[in-house]
Amino acid sequence: MGTYILRRILQMIPVVIGTTFLIYWMVFSLGDPTVGRCGERPCPESYVARLHEEYNLDKSLPEQYVRYMGKVLQGDLGTSFNGNAVIDQLATRWPVTIRLAVIAIIFEAVIGIAAGLLAGLRRRSFWDTLVFVTTLVIISIPSFVLGSVAQMVFGVRLGWFPVTATQGTWQQLLLPGLVLGSLSMAYVARLTRNSLSENLSADYVRTARAKGMSAGRVVGVHTFRNSLIPVVTFIGADFGALMGGAIVTERIFNIPGIGGYIYHSINTKDATAVVGTITLLVLVFLVMNLIVDLLYGALDPRIAHD
Amino acid sequence: MRTLAKQNSTIVEPTGMDNWSPDHGHLLDVRNLNVEFRTRDGVAHAINGASFHLDRGESLAILGESGSGKSVTAQAIMGILDTPPGYVTGGEVFFRGVDLLKLPEDQRRRVRGQRIAMIFQDALSALNPVFTVGWQIAEMFRIHKGMNKSDAHSAAIKLMERVNIPAAAQRAGNFPHQFSGGMRQRVMIAMSIALDPEILIADEPTTALDVTVQAQIMELLKELQAETGMGLILITHDLGVVADVADRINVMYAGRIVESAGSRELYARPAHPYTEGLLDSIPRLDQTTGELSAIGGLPPNLTRIPAGCSFNPRCKYARDICRVDPEPPLVELGGGRSSACHFTHELLAGRLAPVAVLAENAVADPVPAAEEGINE
Ligand SMILES: Nc1ncnc2c1ncn2[C@@H]1O[C@H](COP(=O)(O)OP(=O)(O)O)[C@@H](O)[C@H]1O
Ligand code: SF4
Ligand SMILES: [Mg+2]
Repeated sequence: MGTYILRRILQMIPVVIGTTFLIYWMVFSLGDPTVGRCGERPCPESYVARLHEEYNLDKSLPEQYVRYMGKVLQGDLGTSFNGNAVIDQLATRWPVTIRLAVIAIIFEAVIGIAAGLLAGLRRRSFWDTLVFVTTLVIISIPSFVLGSVAQMVFGVRLGWFPVTATQGTWQQLLLPGLVLGSLSMAYVARLTRNSLSENLSADYVRTARAKGMSAGRVVGVHTFRNSLIPVVTFIGADFGALMGGAIVTERIFNIPGIGGYIYHSINTKDATAVVGTITLLVLVFLVMNLIVDLLYGALDPRIAHD
Repeated sequence: MRTLAKQNSTIVEPTGMDNWSPDHGHLLDVRNLNVEFRTRDGVAHAINGASFHLDRGESLAILGESGSGKSVTAQAIMGILDTPPGYVTGGEVFFRGVDLLKLPEDQRRRVRGQRIAMIFQDALSALNPVFTVGWQIAEMFRIHKGMNKSDAHSAAIKLMERVNIPAAAQRAGNFPHQFSGGMRQRVMIAMSIALDPEILIADEPTTALDVTVQAQIMELLKELQAETGMGLILITHDLGVVADVADRINVMYAGRIVESAGSRELYARPAHPYTEGLLDSIPRLDQTTGELSAIGGLPPNLTRIPAGCSFNPRCKYARDICRVDPEPPLVELGGGRSSACHFTHELLAGRLAPVAVLAENAVADPVPAAEEGINE
């Protein structure tokens, strides 16, 4: 187990280097990032010189990258062009994104699994059909439509929820979190339903019945756990993805999270902010993936991590 | 009294079974069982009036090609049919004089696993992949006997030793996929005999195994049966497997028992053309051509079983009478034998000629020959 984790972490190194270099190259090689920073007029010489100095723009691209990564390793993600340290920006924005992701995950897990169990236990019943149709509707609606409509109806018209979430508090993030989690909730419901109904006809479930176990125990002990293995893996991977922020949802509800930051930085051609943020996202994503794989191994003894 | 004492408990023991004694009849008596599967493609008549019985300490083989309804019969007895699509539409399953089919589910559950246990063909898929084998065996003691975890665990280890699993104490903590096929089937067997059942149904217990391991598992079943005196129903499509284990063989075709006989009698002289076909399809050492005279054709489509004898499209002796209802009934031939063929006496007497031969020789019109057969 320990060696497995170590091996996985070592495997991450080339992935991190490869992806960050690619991002660095895409952002910094597309022309001088100082051009166009000062509106209509060209920037003052001194300002351009300072930026060139700070980002080593006169050096070759690989050298720029190596020097940049050297700073990153010391915890310095650089200063964005408007003078804010990228790391400070992330420090205030990440908690908001995490709160949003937690709401979305809880929603998709609790409601999705409950709906999936209901449908899977009563195949071809009214409930099964209801879950099928509802999830179909959710899956086919684009997320910006869902978000805008929810904001309009529940925020503006009914006033049940705050219209925007500019402070990023739990209360403000509730509606956006539900919107963000709804698509995955639909997938979780379907995955749970199909996994459960498949497992219910598995040979070992028949064995449990032949052993004289009660109907409740046959389902609750002998079927649920097996059925939830793919569901838990899906939810884990989804959490990893949501940590990177939700550009669409964050923009609709004006949420000061990572997604909005990336969007803003790209728009303002803030190269340091883009590279710094995405570098960190790559790391978070890889770590989440590792955690999901470990979780999978813990749930399913057939997966051996050695 | 009994019911009063049990009133506050969730455990409901089936009533009436304890008053039974062997004088009252067979331990298990299946009568005219009918099972159908209602699927999108129509109604598949999987079991069509199967009747057979089992006594204490007896080993009975149920033999038939794949799809003849052997597993469904076992599932119907156990009460573990997949419903839907499967439904028992008729018949009785008497166990200790009580019709299991009429018992409420909570009482029937007391029979399953405790009094009638079952093992399956593929132990890898029949064991739960996410629990250790020790846990799965111990579950029998915990749930049915209310034992605590550690007592149940030690009892499970004892059982694993009893079925000759080496290093049982350590291996109890392993998962099913960590065992070899033979050891896995031993685990299943240990689990099935945990509560000393009176009947063990083994559904193709060795089909998934190597030949050498097959013999060991059959040996183990035989030993356990001798020790415990339980009745054994051995389901198989392989005549070779049953030869030295079964006292009696029931041959099944299209959801009916078509012949029932002691093993030795059946091998010596089949009383049904289907049995004869099965026996002819066993490879023999003295066979030089290497060619098996397997039965031509396929088992019938269970949604459209042919009129008359369901074996008639494949039977080399089939005459006109075989193609019209009613189907030949299972008749007693004496000496504990029975067969469901219009021409069983002729076959036993060695006087039944294949229709093709008759036609070739043009001796006589086959129809009168057939009629003569039944009038006898
Ligand atoms: N779960 C099921 N759904 C639909 N049909 C089934 C099912 N199980 C069995 N059957 C039908 O019953 C027939 C007999 O099956 P089975 O008892 O498994 O045969 P075998 O003698 O090989 O054990 C099959 O050919 C099939 O038509
Ligand atoms: S009844 Fe006719 S078709 Fe059926 S087995 Fe006997 S001879 Fe063959
Ligand atoms: Mg079968």
